[in-house]
Amino acid sequence: MPPLPETTAPLPCEARIHHRIPVYQCPVPAGFPSPAEDYLDRPLDFNELLIAHPAATFAVRVSGESMIGLGIFPGDIAVIDRALTAQNGSVILAVLEGAFTIKILRRKGDRVWLEAANPAFKPVEINEASQFEIWGVVRHTIRMLAA
Amino acid sequence: MSAPIALVDCNNFYASCERVFDPRLRGKPIVVLSNNDGCVIARSNEAKALGIAMGEPWHLCKERIKTQGVMVRSSNYTLYGDMSARVMEVLSHFTPLLEVYSIDEAFLGLAGFENRLEDYAQSLRAKVQQWTGIPVSVGIGPTKTLAKVANRTAKKTPAYNGLCILIEKEAQTKALSAIELEDIWGIARRTAEKLKAIGIKTPLDLRQADPKAIRRNFGVVLERLVLELCGLPCHGLELSPAPKQSICVSRSFGRPVTRLEELSEALSAYSERAAEKLRRNGLAAGYVTVFLQTNRFRPDQPQYSPSAGLALPVATADTATLLRSGNEILRALYKPGFRYKKAGIILPDLIPQTETQGALWGSPDTPERQSLLGAIDTINRRHGRQTVRFAASGVQRGWQMRCDQKSRNYTTAWSELVSVT
Repeated sequence: MPPLPETTAPLPCEARIHHRIPVYQCPVPAGFPSPAEDYLDRPLDFNELLIAHPAATFAVRVSGESMIGLGIFPGDIAVIDRALTAQNGSVILAVLEGAFTIKILRRKGDRVWLEAANPAFKPVEINEASQFEIWGVVRHTIRMLAA
Repeated sequence: MSAPIALVDCNNFYASCERVFDPRLRGKPIVVLSNNDGCVIARSNEAKALGIAMGEPWHLCKERIKTQGVMVRSSNYTLYGDMSARVMEVLSHFTPLLEVYSIDEAFLGLAGFENRLEDYAQSLRAKVQQWTGIPVSVGIGPTKTLAKVANRTAKKTPAYNGLCILIEKEAQTKALSAIELEDIWGIARRTAEKLKAIGIKTPLDLRQADPKAIRRNFGVVLERLVLELCGLPCHGLELSPAPKQSICVSRSFGRPVTRLEELSEALSAYSERAAEKLRRNGLAAGYVTVFLQTNRFRPDQPQYSPSAGLALPVATADTATLLRSGNEILRALYKPGFRYKKAGIILPDLIPQTETQGALWGSPDTPERQSLLGAIDTINRRHGRQTVRFAASGVQRGWQMRCDQKSRNYTTAWSELVSVT
């Protein structure tokens, strides 16, 4: 049992970061309270959209072109949810022969393939000898279009 | 019958964290080094099998370990802290009675699950593994002490599949008969020797000992341990962490430090960190202690390890005040001609920030200062530690810890994400 290092965050703590984008903001003029005051709602929280299971959600950076057919490009951030169970057809983050790769999972009977979304890449069949693991399911990708 | 308590312990936690994000480490022996790459503080099972011992000094085993194909990592507490929080979060789905005991262990109250302990514990193990990638072992008993014994048994016996339940007396007897006194949580080697001297040679002997006699000879702590071994809970779950009594920030330097300016930089960085911890816990410090150490493993070099303290007129959580006081003490302590190995700041006397009282020559931290420091803390939380800092803590920082083989902050820095094809 290693001792609790001094650099850890206080435990338990929540793994998500709150980042709020105001959708309604209005300075209240003296004497005239905003008519919208009673209708103010919570700002949109992008975490709500992107993170269903905070403890199981991780982000990775895409570097290859094998998934461009599904709109996953180099430089994109993929949001991985390990709480989801991969189905036939899921886009997954896999570990194949010691390397991370995003591919489509294909199952037929007992056979399993990893399929790219780019005709330049051939499907790879997984067999007993493969070092293969499903690391998580890709739930979103995020691409920066303007800085 | 008391409610069952589970001890959930992450297997080789630091090594497992490294493995989650680096598939090349799967199935390979891994060691993780302490701060400053001093010694081995965590080993994967494969590394244990090679006979690498806990606490082995790195400079002594470096060559041997490298030839054995062992993967080495400097400790990455940022990563371990985040992964720990994730594991604890998943555990909290299984019971409201959760005591986070250390970075990789938690006690869980399982009242109400008596009839399906095995299924519940196995689904807990599976969920933590799936959600976080961290393998855990579970030990269940009627007391914390027996839950610890159960956890140890689960780890040592592969056939148990990571789970050992010691609710029945016979199961407890069997597990206790397989371990030594020193293996029990809270029995130090010296205590074990004293017990053996009076004829208590095994955990089973200890369970049968008369608690009152144990109390007379060894004190109330060991009496409670005997009762816990018998299945009578003496230590309840601590569900809210006890408020901090003191804060200490200290580090060994990456190389010996001789100059006052460098010591002052390092101490300033530690003071900054200590002040940040004060504010995060809503506390204020009324006293500051500073210490210096030379390398006691180098008896050939002159030794000097002084410490001194200073009472603050008004308790504070203001970095600037702590920096000034700490440096004042440092200047009084410092003597040239020594090779310093370590320095630190201790804030021993903490009170809640809201209870600080003004004094004739000072007033508590003003709202303006508090919001300034709060803003610094927020920036550093959002953009990474040390984004905004006091200039006193230096720019070059030649004294900083060595961490030559640290993995990236995969879960806390956008610029350090895992790259995938």
